Order: sequence, then C-alpha cells, then structure tokens
Amino acid sequence: MTTTPEDLRTDQTPLAPGAPRSGTTFLGLPTAPRGVGHLRGDRSFPDAARDALRDGQLRANLGHATTTIRGKRARVVAELPDWAQLRAAGSALKTATMARLDEHLEELERQVTARGGTVHWARDAAEANRIVTELVQATGSDEVVKVKSMATQEIGLNEALEAAGITAHETDLAELIVQLGDDKPSHILVPAIHKNRAEIREIFLRTMPQFQGEGADRDLPDEPRRLAMAARAHLRERFLRARVAISGANFAVAETGTLAVVESEGNGRMCLTLPETLITVMGIEKLVPTWRDLEVFLQLLPRSSTGERMNPYTSTWAGVTPGDGPQDFHLVLLDNGRTAVLADEVGRQALHCIRCSACLNVCPVYERTGGHSYGSVYPGPIGAILSPQLTGVEDNASLPYASSLCGACYDVCPVAIDIPSVLVHLRAEHVEAQEKPTAESVAFRALATAMSHPRLWRLAQRAASLGRLLSRGKPTMPNALPFPASAWTRSRDLPTPPAETFTSQWAREHGGRK
Amino acid sequence: MRVALFATCLVDTVVPQVARATAALLERLGHEVVVPSGQACCGQMHVNTGYRREAVPIVANHLRAFAGAEAIVSPSGSCVASIHHQQAMVLRRAGEHALADEAEALAARTYELSQFLVDVLGVTDVGAYYPHRVTYHPTCHSLRLLKVGDRPLQLLRAVRGLELVELPGAESCCGFGGTFSVKNADTSTAMLTDKMANVLSTHAEVCTAGDASCLMHIGGGLSRLRSGTRTVHLAEILASTEDAVTPHQTTRPAVTA
Ligand code: SF4
Repeated sequence: MTTTPEDLRTDQTPLAPGAPRSGTTFLGLPTAPRGVGHLRGDRSFPDAARDALRDGQLRANLGHATTTIRGKRARVVAELPDWAQLRAAGSALKTATMARLDEHLEELERQVTARGGTVHWARDAAEANRIVTELVQATGSDEVVKVKSMATQEIGLNEALEAAGITAHETDLAELIVQLGDDKPSHILVPAIHKNRAEIREIFLRTMPQFQGEGADRDLPDEPRRLAMAARAHLRERFLRARVAISGANFAVAETGTLAVVESEGNGRMCLTLPETLITVMGIEKLVPTWRDLEVFLQLLPRSSTGERMNPYTSTWAGVTPGDGPQDFHLVLLDNGRTAVLADEVGRQALHCIRCSACLNVCPVYERTGGHSYGSVYPGPIGAILSPQLTGVEDNASLPYASSLCGACYDVCPVAIDIPSVLVHLRAEHVEAQEKPTAESVAFRALATAMSHPRLWRLAQRAASLGRLLSRGKPTMPNALPFPASAWTRSRDLPTPPAETFTSQWAREHGGRK
Repeated sequence: MRVALFATCLVDTVVPQVARATAALLERLGHEVVVPSGQACCGQMHVNTGYRREAVPIVANHLRAFAGAEAIVSPSGSCVASIHHQQAMVLRRAGEHALADEAEALAARTYELSQFLVDVLGVTDVGAYYPHRVTYHPTCHSLRLLKVGDRPLQLLRAVRGLELVELPGAESCCGFGGTFSVKNADTSTAMLTDKMANVLSTHAEVCTAGDASCLMHIGGGLSRLRSGTRTVHLAEILASTEDAVTPHQTTRPAVTA
C-alpha cells in the first residue's frame, strides 16, 4: 500500500499562513556557530580534493564500494512498480510537514511529555552539547554508548563529552572503525567506506583490548565475518555495562510522540533497550506528522540506502514504559541553522533529506574525492547544499561549486530534492554577497554585457577568433596561458576558434535574409 | 517547415561546422532554415556559475532574437535544457514576470536536434552515410534534464556504414560542467580520464554526442593523449552523405584501431 500525494491533507500547502518562515526574505535567523561541531572544513574543496585524488587506494576503495551499492539499489528500486508515486508521496509529505513545522514540533513535545519523556530545545551545537553533557553528568555515569547519529557528529558531541570527562563509545560497526582509527567519517551511511578490510583489520589489531597483551590471540583474518565477530566481542561488554545511551533519530512521529531508528546491525536495538537513560538528539526537520506517514519513508529509505527491501532493525519508542527499557528518556530538538535553511524558499528542500546516501553513491565527484574533501560531516551532493546553508554560504563557499551539475543526485533522490537547482541558487547567493568585484565577476559581467548586445557580441566573437593568431593556428594553446585557461590546458587541448563564426558566414552567404 | 536555428554561443564561435551541419541536415530534409542574427547565448553559463542577475539581459536578448520563430532547433542538449529549465526561473526571480511568460512560451517551441528530428519531424533515418566505428556519449543534460532517451541512438542506428559500439559507463559525467572544469580542474580531469579510458576501450574512431561543450572537453583530452580517436558532433554525422562528407573526414586521416 502506498500513500499518494492525493491522500495528503489538502490544507497543508507549503507556506501556510502562520508558518514561521515567511517567504522570500531572509530573516537573519542564526546559522550554526563557529568553533563547535563539524560543519566546516579547514580547507577549500578543490584543495582538499587534490590530495584525495592522489590517493589511489582511496579511489579504488570508493569506486568499488559505490559501484556495488549503486547496482544493488537500482535492482531493488526497479522491483517496485510504484516507485515514482512513492517518491512523489515522500516529497509531498516533506513539503507539507515543513510548511507547518512549528505546529508539528509543538505536538511532538506534548506527546513525548505525555508519555513520560522530557523535551529540550537546543538553538545550536553549543547548547545541545551542554544539555546532553549535563544530562549524562546527572546520572553519575562517565561513559555512554552511542547509536550512529549524524546530528551528534554535526555538533561534535563526542568531543564535548570528552572535555567533560565522559567517554562515548560508538557501537555502529563503521562508526567504531572510524573512532578506533582516530579518523573522521566519510560517508553518511558507511562512515568507513574509504577503508578496505585489510586496513580495518590493522585498526582492530592495533586498538581492541582483546588483541593486546601477553598471550592474546592475534590471529584475525581480514574476512568480513571475522571482523564483525571481533567487533561484536568488543561491543558486547560495553552494551551490558552501559547505563546511558545516546541516539539520533531517523523519524519522529508528531501525533504519537514516537521516535524511530532504523539500522542493520542490531547495535542500535541494544543501545535503545538496555541502558537506564536514553538521550536522543534530533534535528528539528526529522519529524513526520502521523504514524501512517512512516509507511512511505520506511519503503523509500532502505531501498535507497543499503539497497535492501527492508532494513533489518526498525526500533520505535515513545516516552518510557515502567519496567521495560530505559526509564528516563530525553529528546533534544536541535536547530543549529535549520530555521535559517527553512527561511530560504529554494534551499529549504535540503531539509527534506532522509539521509539515505543514494546521492553520494551516484555522484561522480564524491566517487573520486571521497567524503573528507567536503570538510563537513555531510559530504557528497546533499552536503554540498546542506552544509553551506547551515553555516551560511560564506563559511563553506567552495561547496556549492563542488559539482559538475550532472544531475545524477536529483534522479536518484528518494524524496526528489532538486540538488542541482539548489547548488546553482547557492552559487548565486555567494556571488551576490560578494562586496568587491573579483577577476571572475568582472569577466562575467563584461561577457553578459556583450551577450545582451548583438553588435558588441559580434565584436567579442571577432576578438576570440583573433585569438587564433596568438596561437599561430596550432591546435594547442600554449600552457603558459593565464588562469582560467591554464587550468583547462593542464590536461586538455583548447580548440582554436576559426576565422569566421557561423552566424557571420551565414549572413554573408544568405545576404539580408535573417 | 520554417525552422530557426539557435547555434549557441560556443558552437557559433568555436565549432561553426556543427551549426553548418545542422542547417544542411534540416535543409536536406526539405525545411527552410533561418538564422536570427541577433542571437548570442542562452544564459546558462552565467546562471550555473552564480551570475543569475547578469543572466537576465542575456535571456532577454535571446527572447528578442527568437521572438518571431515558430520552431527553434539547437544542436545542444545543455542549452536547450537551460532554455526549458532556467530562463523563466531566472526572470521570475528578477521580477520580470511578463518576460518569464514569454520565455515559457518560447521554450515550448524550442527543441534539441534529436528530439526535433524524432518527435516533431517523425524521422529516424535521415539518409546519412558515415562509414566509421562510432560510440555515443549521452551527456548529462541531454540525458537527465531533457530526457532525450535513445533518440540519438535511433538516429545513429539508421546511418548507413556506421558501426555503433556501446560506451561502457556511458551515463557517467565526463567532468566538464562548464566552469567546474576550471574551478575544480583536478576533479574534472579525474572524471575525464575515466571517460576517455571508456571511450578508448571501445576502439571507436569517433566519439559523438549532442553537446558541443562536452565534446570539446572529451576531444581536448583525447587530443592531448594523441589518441587518434576524435570527437564529432551528432549533427555532423547526420549531415554526412555519400556525396557530401563533412569536412573533418577529408582533413583528418581515418584511424585504424
Ligand atoms: S539528498 Fe536525497 S539522495 Fe541524498 S541522502 Fe538525502 S534523501 Fe538521500
């Protein structure tokens, strides 16, 4: 059964009166603060990409992984005859939800509270970190287990906890690999996608206590099953000891106050049920109005992300149940720039993202440069539009340009986010915010003047044709050309314009005929 | 039919033979071709690079130049995609609603070459002769924005003498992306390298496409490699006949793989 857009309540039009964002004007809402969290890189994309492109192992690992998952996804998506309707339903649901986000969030708060949970509102990363740290401190525990969560990575929660003397143990296998390897995640769904199994084996042998010390068995083949077993042994003891768990949420249902996490390994289920205290940190855009809406997303998500028909574990919980599962539940609702994104009528669709990672797996730029080049915890096409919006474009100015606009991300996105259009929109925001003219803006403005005045344009074309004299008719222009031509001719020959343009030849041959 | 040809700024200035071939092909099929003289650019490069305000007068010029045309054809999937998807949007954002309506009306009469031939004229066999081994790169904007589908392949399959070979990884981007090729030159080159390897693996003499810009990119790389494989626009192949081969065949030696 599929929900179609027609099933959606018709009164939920985008930008309904009374909604908190108001159309086209930027309201000066706060973006994510500097100095905390992981939304900004310290280098520009082209600069970081240059190093990644030189890493042959990385490119081989990535190329292999993304090709495999692309194929899997394509196969399971093709199985559903109503995929296009599902996708349209997902997109429509998200648009409708965003139009009344304030009301749904208040409903969620009421429902969570009614079921014995506590809701905290965090304006930004610093506030969210402080809330969570204080909640953990109140339990007296100095360690927590974590379900993989993008939101807590975004705000740098592990570092904040560490600064307060609290150890956070990641329990998702890929997150664990990244954490033990003292590395950073490079993919939304498969944070260790840049590592192959030989590299993973090395990390485990180096860091897992069970392989250390006298007489320890160091016989660990790099077979996926054996690696998973080693991680399981390592984690089991932590699950049983843990008194506090921290999770993210894939969805929150406003009408019932239900939180949902979907995962593949069962580690999430362990974290969500064993500890006494559960703290969930969730971006405010993650909610859906009704329980029924989940049916659409629980079909779209697994097929788009892991290429599975259904994800192995779907855990949902609402508040607390005496004698069963965590007895203390806190929900931290995180803004950290999201309201600012909501205020932008073109860019707000980035908030529709269900973090399936399909756009990363099809992106030719991501495939070659890897996730670290994007600087932010959100890499790939979605990161290229989300990160600059959360931080303000000036803090991630190279990201909107980190795309050839090939459109593969839009085609594959299960909620139909038009990433290329948002990229182009953000480029314009960046250009329009520049106060001083740059060499590029001067050139583009001059070109625009020529291209809107036919006589000037013919002169400009004539000048381009004259350029052939400089290259003495050779097909290759000299390598010493100034930027930007030099960036082109490093790996490509530049064609030499012929002496006469098509339109002028045509006019000459056809006389006055237009 | 009277067809207005939009050459595009790149084709007009750098590869005029592509526009000549388009005109010759349409005339051979019995249509009258006009080339509005005020034409310059569709505005795509400005919009895509972030100069959307500057694109407004460029689009306005385009609308002026083609105002009277009943059907407009262009040998560029990417520019036609921009006409369909960007022009009205840019004008509306600038508050030019009357012009935006005009842009929408004009877009509805604007066709990419293969779409015009197959959908409007209803021909797939244009009577061409091209005795070469050819592989086809679909180009991202033709493929995903315009959804030209297999129309170019239908046209190529009907060309006499032509041996069509499938391009591995055909749907992946060649790495051009307009100013992307300059702003992210290293990543662009990495993408181009893989595209060229796929082209060369087909042992084709010619790689063709419906976009001059992507072909300039791929062709520039192949030329740097001294690979012998060259790029030729789809319009040039379709314009070739037994009596009138396109110039590149007489000026360049055929390559034996
Ligand atoms: S933007 Fe779309 S494809 Fe990319 S991760 Fe989000 S939902 Fe998935």
